[in-house]
Amino acid sequence: MKPLLALRWALLATLVALLGACATVPPGGTGNTAAAGAAPAAAVAIDPWESFNRKVYAFNDMIDEAVLKPVATAYRDVVPQIVRTGVNNVLGNIGDIWSAANHLLQGKLQDGLEMGMRVATNTFFGLGGLLDPATGLGLTRRSEDFGQTLGRWGVGTGPYLVLPFLGPSTVRDSAGLVVDRSANSSILPLSSNEQYGVSALELLSVRAGLLGATQLLDQVALDRYSFLRDAYLARRRDAVYDGAAPMEVFEDDAAEPPAKPVPASAPASAPK
Amino acid sequence: MFKPLLTAMTVVSAVLASPAALAEAAPDALVRQISVEVIDAAKADKAIQAGDVGRVLGLVETKVMPHVNFEVVTRSAVGVPWRTATPEQRSKLQTEFKTLLVRVYAGALSQLGDQTVTVTKTQPVAGSTQMVVQTEVRGKGEPIKLDYRLDKAAADPAWKIIDVNVGGLWLVQNYRSQFAPELSKGGIDGLIATLVERNKTAAK
Repeated sequence: MKPLLALRWALLATLVALLGACATVPPGGTGNTAAAGAAPAAAVAIDPWESFNRKVYAFNDMIDEAVLKPVATAYRDVVPQIVRTGVNNVLGNIGDIWSAANHLLQGKLQDGLEMGMRVATNTFFGLGGLLDPATGLGLTRRSEDFGQTLGRWGVGTGPYLVLPFLGPSTVRDSAGLVVDRSANSSILPLSSNEQYGVSALELLSVRAGLLGATQLLDQVALDRYSFLRDAYLARRRDAVYDGAAPMEVFEDDAAEPPAKPVPASAPASAPK
Repeated sequence: MFKPLLTAMTVVSAVLASPAALAEAAPDALVRQISVEVIDAAKADKAIQAGDVGRVLGLVETKVMPHVNFEVVTRSAVGVPWRTATPEQRSKLQTEFKTLLVRVYAGALSQLGDQTVTVTKTQPVAGSTQMVVQTEVRGKGEPIKLDYRLDKAAADPAWKIIDVNVGGLWLVQNYRSQFAPELSKGGIDGLIATLVERNKTAAK
């Protein structure tokens, strides 16, 4: 049966992920593995499987161009906004349950409770999640997945990994994804066929939401692969730190020496 | 009897206070002001919402650019090879890079709906004169993080933006790894050619 096979894959992936994480991550944790703004050398360190990843990326791109993007575009153009928002809300509400759990797993009691309140509000006052009255009440969605939880627990990202069909990930986040999927499928009591349907709808909904973003990527990136990689890694790093990641250095190594030093007259504006 | 005096005093103090306040506007106040102005202008402009790059360019030029140190932006993205670039090459790089970045901005602005921007935190960057102002753009979905890195040049007392962080990614710094392969392949002129090409295809 398929679920059993999936479970076996899940275990295998988790095992590989943990091995990968142990082998590649320095004791410092996730801090220095992010490639955002880093020199190209650092990008290579985080992406040792680049040639493989580029192939998967090209494959995904092909699938996306041929199937996913046209379908998502049609979905956006044909299905009325109100229905798409409803679909988004219902899927989001289910996702919020697992987000709440992840907040709690990370020891963030208040965030966990707020997300729990959010789910309760939207389920009972938002027609089972179809509407989103909670946002208006200040219960903002703060998504958390198991990859973030692992990061919070100190598991490093491991190398960057482009997954077939699913796109940018890392070894850690792939392991997290396996847990996310099985958690989400246990929230909804569905047969595996129905589960595939929900997953497909989810993918479609996410892809439709990203139509603007991918068009932008085409226009601004000199190399889409590395742009997407760096953006993904930076976003995940930021998410693990809940938006308060340690400040990165602003590399300005071409500044003329006399232009840069802090003048003695300028007061150092760093109240410590 | 007191009124004229009071008025005169108010006028004098306002005149005295405003240029100073403008020149040394705190980084967070500056970011707040720019955000509000840009969002209001974008909301009121149908052409911008339709993604009209020309219009966005105008908006950015008047509202944002005066507060950006674009030389530092370009120089830091190019890195060491900047030192050997001629003044013409430097100005060409700046023009093309600006066009590219404005496109990012145009895309983001066209997706603006009913959003509000709140400054969530302002903090100095250790070991530098820089400040980072963090904002959150709140709308329908999950809030978007938008941070600004500002610095003061030695010659200019005003704070200038030198990098923007969208959803965790420092945009200008990220271009270092975009530019590096081009620079090692074709040098400064190679990079300029690539940027021109990219801007041309994107304009279609």
